[in-house]
Amino acid sequence: MNNDHKKHNNVSPDFLIVESMKRAGVDIICSVPCNLLAGILAEIDRRGFTHIRVCREEEGVGIAAGAALAGKRSLLLMQNSGLGNSLNALVSLTALYRLPLFLLMSRRGGSGEQISAQMPMGCAAPRLLRTLGIEYCDIRERNDIRLLARTIRAAYARRSIQAAFLWRELWQ
Amino acid sequence: MKRIDVIRTIVAYAEMDDLIISNLGFPSRELYAVADRPGNFYMLGSMGLASSIGLGCAMGTKRKVYVLDGDGSVLMNAGSLATIAQYASNNLCLVIIDNKVYGSTGNQPTHTAGNTDLVALARAAGNRNVTRVRHAAGLRAALQRFDGKQSIIVVDTEPGNASVGIIPIRPEDIAQRFMRFLRNTAT
Repeated sequence: MNNDHKKHNNVSPDFLIVESMKRAGVDIICSVPCNLLAGILAEIDRRGFTHIRVCREEEGVGIAAGAALAGKRSLLLMQNSGLGNSLNALVSLTALYRLPLFLLMSRRGGSGEQISAQMPMGCAAPRLLRTLGIEYCDIRERNDIRLLARTIRAAYARRSIQAAFLWRELWQ
Repeated sequence: MKRIDVIRTIVAYAEMDDLIISNLGFPSRELYAVADRPGNFYMLGSMGLASSIGLGCAMGTKRKVYVLDGDGSVLMNAGSLATIAQYASNNLCLVIIDNKVYGSTGNQPTHTAGNTDLVALARAAGNRNVTRVRHAAGLRAALQRFDGKQSIIVVDTEPGNASVGIIPIRPEDIAQRFMRFLRNTAT
């Protein structure tokens, strides 16, 4: 445990996040890139996950649902703007059939955001999740990553959609 | 040939263990009426995602997965044709029932009624085994020819819905039954 603790302080957040996915038993990852997620995406490919680069986030919701029907555990990696592209599918597919899915989103539109177009969805994303009854957690600093594996497992155990936001501060 | 004739042909061709993902609206209702089976997944919403659900399912199992999709739905999620070209395994057969209308909402034309060619689109997206068929015999021949290969079959059909009821199974039960069927008949 002591060693783990030391390691925890030396390695990148990207490594720790992908390690949490491994520990939680994620089988299939669908992704749409974000520059905040570049390190995680590279780490995912290094670790040999089944990784599907989708054209649009909603498509990832569909693939994840199909994988869940085949008994696989899926995760969708995207910006919070992708949540907007996925809303109908999340409720009329994943939630309607009670399929599990974990949404891991970079939290754009917060402090340090340079792109104005990221602001509206950035502000709306947490409220949208609350409206849809999707539980989420905020990962703002390295220590918060400890929550991740348990939260991902909860989605699969409860057959529900759970989400986490990765804040820009995590990498600073 | 109408949509229900395509569905009858696929159901007759499919093995008992094969999986069928059907598009929302009349395709699912007609499949339910033709042959309700535990390996059927009836979509009820999320228009456009039949091919994506089929891709995800085919990646998670060795079973043969047939997708009953439509022209309007494929155009709504056209990027899926490119994703399928990159990732689909040999057990995925995407059947696009091309009746050139939104059949579940009153036969409003889709762009395949105009200049859009789904076979050309699927090929340009990078898919190799793509064909167009017009009759049940041609469909059966294509299913046979592409057996064991990832394939996309576009079926030219006339518009028209069969007189069938709604599906009286709760969504959660559709999913649970499908998953149980996959687990308990493991190949």
